[in-house]
Amino acid sequence: MIGEGIQSSNQRRHSFVKDHVKVGFFTDPSVCIGCKACEVACKEWNHVPDDGFNWSGNSYDNTGHLGASTWRHVMFLEQDRQKGNQIVGSHSLDDGDGGDPFRWVFLSDVCKHCEEAGCLEACPTGSIVRTEVGSVLVQNDVCNGCGYCVVSCPFGVIDRRPEPLPDAGGAFKCTFCYDRQKSGLVPACAKVCPTESIVFGRLDDLRARGTARVQQLQQSGYNDAQLYDPTETSVRGIHAFFLILGEPEAYGLPPKPQIPTIYLKSAWTSAFATAIASIIAALAAFAFFR
Amino acid sequence: MTNEAQSEKRLERLREEAWEKGVVAGRGVDVAGGPIPRKPGYYGQPVVKPPVWTWEVPLYFFFGGLAGMSAVIASAAVIFHHVDLARAAMWLAAIAGAVLSPVLLIMDLGRPRLFLNMLRVFKHRSAMSMGAWILTLFGACVVPGLIALELHAQQIFAGSLDQLLRFSAGIFIFGSAIFGTLLATYTGVLIGATAIPAWFLHRTLLPIHFGTAGLGSAAGLLELLGHRIAALNFLGYYAAGVESALLIWLSLDKQGAANRAIHEHGSGWLIRIGEVLNGPLAIVLRLFGLIPFAALSFLIGALVSRFGWIWVGKISGSDPEAVFASQH
Repeated sequence: MIGEGIQSSNQRRHSFVKDHVKVGFFTDPSVCIGCKACEVACKEWNHVPDDGFNWSGNSYDNTGHLGASTWRHVMFLEQDRQKGNQIVGSHSLDDGDGGDPFRWVFLSDVCKHCEEAGCLEACPTGSIVRTEVGSVLVQNDVCNGCGYCVVSCPFGVIDRRPEPLPDAGGAFKCTFCYDRQKSGLVPACAKVCPTESIVFGRLDDLRARGTARVQQLQQSGYNDAQLYDPTETSVRGIHAFFLILGEPEAYGLPPKPQIPTIYLKSAWTSAFATAIASIIAALAAFAFFR
Repeated sequence: MTNEAQSEKRLERLREEAWEKGVVAGRGVDVAGGPIPRKPGYYGQPVVKPPVWTWEVPLYFFFGGLAGMSAVIASAAVIFHHVDLARAAMWLAAIAGAVLSPVLLIMDLGRPRLFLNMLRVFKHRSAMSMGAWILTLFGACVVPGLIALELHAQQIFAGSLDQLLRFSAGIFIFGSAIFGTLLATYTGVLIGATAIPAWFLHRTLLPIHFGTAGLGSAAGLLELLGHRIAALNFLGYYAAGVESALLIWLSLDKQGAANRAIHEHGSGWLIRIGEVLNGPLAIVLRLFGLIPFAALSFLIGALVSRFGWIWVGKISGSDPEAVFASQH
């Protein structure tokens, strides 16, 4: 992690694909400096087209949200809250009433590569698959752009790419740099992250590191530091998990994400009941009202 | 004084202070609509993605429901020897289910030329995959069923060949009816089992609504085509009755921000207009004996509410507070 230099798992070559090791991203906003190098590296490596240069007015975030042509997204949260044992300096907006807390939090958002993935379950073409390292991959040449994964993702990650962008019509999202990983390389965003706010590595290692980091932060006065890794819901945990300061809602993360397949049973029961009722009604209509 | 006017005045004082002293000691002001988000969520960005589907999908829901339930009516008509009605119903099922529906679905794809990839896999946990197979099997039953029924009804062949045609018409029409009921109802499962709050909160209601709207549409269109028989009138009453009950259910089932797309916005109005047209209004028109008007009212209502449900998905999917509310 911090200070590991070339010993960091972000910089080492690996054989996770060959060894079928479950990998993940751990993203830590407490060390993120909001440089957006991850966004740029992702776009460059994966040839993700530009999808407009629009000024949002929301802090320094002009990317907006994850989508078909945005696979890493650095969020800029401006909050009127204390960040750790923040010292209010002479240049603060303090008017002398004891505090005008303000914090700026950056978090690089990405596809969560769910343990139970809504997009993968929904895909009717088999275009979306699970890889050897546990990530979720869209095979671009198979996808016919039906758009069902878009409404099945509990995190709103995957989207269909609109015209006139290259490869329009298909669904796109983070590939976890599967091509790089197959060659023993680290995903582009983690490789380039200057503060190792994004750490790539074995999922179990990262979970342990995440827990340790939360404890460390809480001891240093970051009272609202917590891990965002919904293992208790039907998503059963994510391969790209986050340390967050405050509530998940502020980051646009759903507090209890659910995989939509849990709704299938009640919906199909209702469908079969309706089907049977309709057949009975039709038969009764002709039997009793000739 | 409004907040904005106060801010303006404060800004004016700060500017003066800066001009005079070269430095501002006091507290600044929040920019109007400024960067600190005041609502839960990240600058109002959607948490889940709204559907990318356009007009083809609600139109497909309408024709698919009509086609599927036409096959059910055809099947019942065959059993009770209404051959002309069965022929008309099978024509409807074939045109709407084996021609219009696939064309609309292919048009909606981002990459229409890859539509056959839908049949690469069979995934029972994907309602979209199940739907593709249901539509395929429906088409595979309804087309031979129609051909066999027409050949038999027009007495083209005689003897044992005609008996074979009669038998296979029966088998295929029965198959069409089975896959037809699924074709009319699975669309409710399709949008009910998603991450869109206003959809998954109504996953029980949706298949009932879509299936019953299909049945009423099929009966209504057959009546408009001149088949004014008591059995279809009964089905018209049945469908409109069920839809009226669903209208009450939908109106009572308010879950705050989670499903507000159904109770507010134009999307909510579209659903309710649709439900009134194919529920209470269709019943009243039928009671007054205005059967063609009742049938027309039901058909328009069924079409409008399909568009309403897709619109609701777009509103609800873009509403971060709806997602948070549905998970608390």
